[in-house]
Amino acid sequence: MTTKGIENVNPQRFVKKTKREVTTQEEDESVKDPIDEREIFDLLRDISDPEHPMSLEELNVVQITNIEVDDHQNSVKVFYTPTIPHCSMATLIGLSIKVCLLRSLPPRFKVEVNISPGSHASEEAVNKQLADKERVSAALENSNLLEVVNQCIVKSLE
Amino acid sequence: MARLDEVCKLPGHQGIVWNVGWNHEGTILISCGEDKTVRLWARNINSENNLWVCHSILSDGHQRTIRSVSFSPCNKLIASASFDGTCCIWEKKTSTEGNQYECTATLEGHENEVKCVAWSASGSFLATCSRDKSVWIWEVGEDGDFECAAVLSAHTQDVKKVVWHPHQDILASASYDNTVKLFCEEDDDWVCFGTLKSHDSTVWSLAFDSSGKNLATCSDDRTIKIWKEYLPGNQFGIATSDNTPTWKCVCTLSAVHPRAVYDISWCHQTGLIATASGDDAIRIFRIDPESDPHAPTLEQLVTVPRAHEQDVNSVAWNPVITGLLASCSDDMHLKVWQYKG
Repeated sequence: MTTKGIENVNPQRFVKKTKREVTTQEEDESVKDPIDEREIFDLLRDISDPEHPMSLEELNVVQITNIEVDDHQNSVKVFYTPTIPHCSMATLIGLSIKVCLLRSLPPRFKVEVNISPGSHASEEAVNKQLADKERVSAALENSNLLEVVNQCIVKSLE
Repeated sequence: MARLDEVCKLPGHQGIVWNVGWNHEGTILISCGEDKTVRLWARNINSENNLWVCHSILSDGHQRTIRSVSFSPCNKLIASASFDGTCCIWEKKTSTEGNQYECTATLEGHENEVKCVAWSASGSFLATCSRDKSVWIWEVGEDGDFECAAVLSAHTQDVKKVVWHPHQDILASASYDNTVKLFCEEDDDWVCFGTLKSHDSTVWSLAFDSSGKNLATCSDDRTIKIWKEYLPGNQFGIATSDNTPTWKCVCTLSAVHPRAVYDISWCHQTGLIATASGDDAIRIFRIDPESDPHAPTLEQLVTVPRAHEQDVNSVAWNPVITGLLASCSDDMHLKVWQYKG
């Protein structure tokens, strides 16, 4: 690696989606709006990459087609795609996605965050770590790590 | 029809409640969690509806989440294990103001988060385990000293839980490496004499039955398993080596828990097995008495689908009051339940 610290020096930048249009039905407070894939995508799209001044949407790390939501079953599954298969930031990105959703969604939701199958060398190990609620809780008590995670998600929570 | 009735719901903790347990007389309920406190709860004798109330809060012992808590067999000491890497020993002091617990010792040595602490039935040993992959055995001295008797590095990943055999100085540990290991003392040395492999993911917890000849385990792989001890020279043709017993998986229950199973408690009075799961449910099972003891089947007696509002982290049967079960959850509450068969 020639450039110190940064692995993927020149990542491809993808086109951003337009803002979600709010329908009249959604503005009607008497109608229950189930949480859907687009809503999850909107929560995650502005998370910053830890290495680049770009969002996870611009890097195609999160895509609406890789989000599965079942509002009735309280289930949210996000598959994210690291930009390169050896990205050492994969766990941190996954943790940021998880923390962002845990803070934004009602607690009834079960949030699963996984790497898109085949997109990372340590896919299984990273998935197992992100699924371990005890490790996630302990990690978030580490003030240095929490600071880094907060930096990544600050824009998405604005 | 068997039922599990909610006796009471106990608020108080400010955050995830990670672990519940009882003292050995079954009179005190104990809990700990993310708010860095240990809480003691007792039945309110002035109340007609069997409510449990918090009567002591142990704080100022730990800097981070308290993951696990355990009463000594003499009921005078409490041990707590924390993500801050230490284990605290709390001693009951009786004064004019009533009973108070004071932190009298801090056990240091683990490199990072301590996940579990457990007293041996004899009261002679304390075991701790950590994300640093090790299991420590502490010898309990008569003068209240704790001396490290062994550091066991048999697991290849974090160790989630340690549980002692109900009658012997045998320790079982469950790990993120998907295995369970068994340890005993041999010529003044602690050794691993068995590795139980069958789960496909993290083993979160385990529990012996009253005889200590059967072990139940639960896992992130959404199954629970029953393991049986076969002694050297057994008549069932199960091979053993080095004159040590073999532990064989005799039952796997899958397709019942839709999410990870975080805890399992085997009642030593009734033989009932309770599970705590990431699907917010509590389930009660028993081994079908008609089934072959070498290939038992688990009968599901009760499911409480929304036992808590979030993940259930721990369940514990009361050791004295038949059918009384405690549970705790991410939803910051404890609950007490009564089983009716």
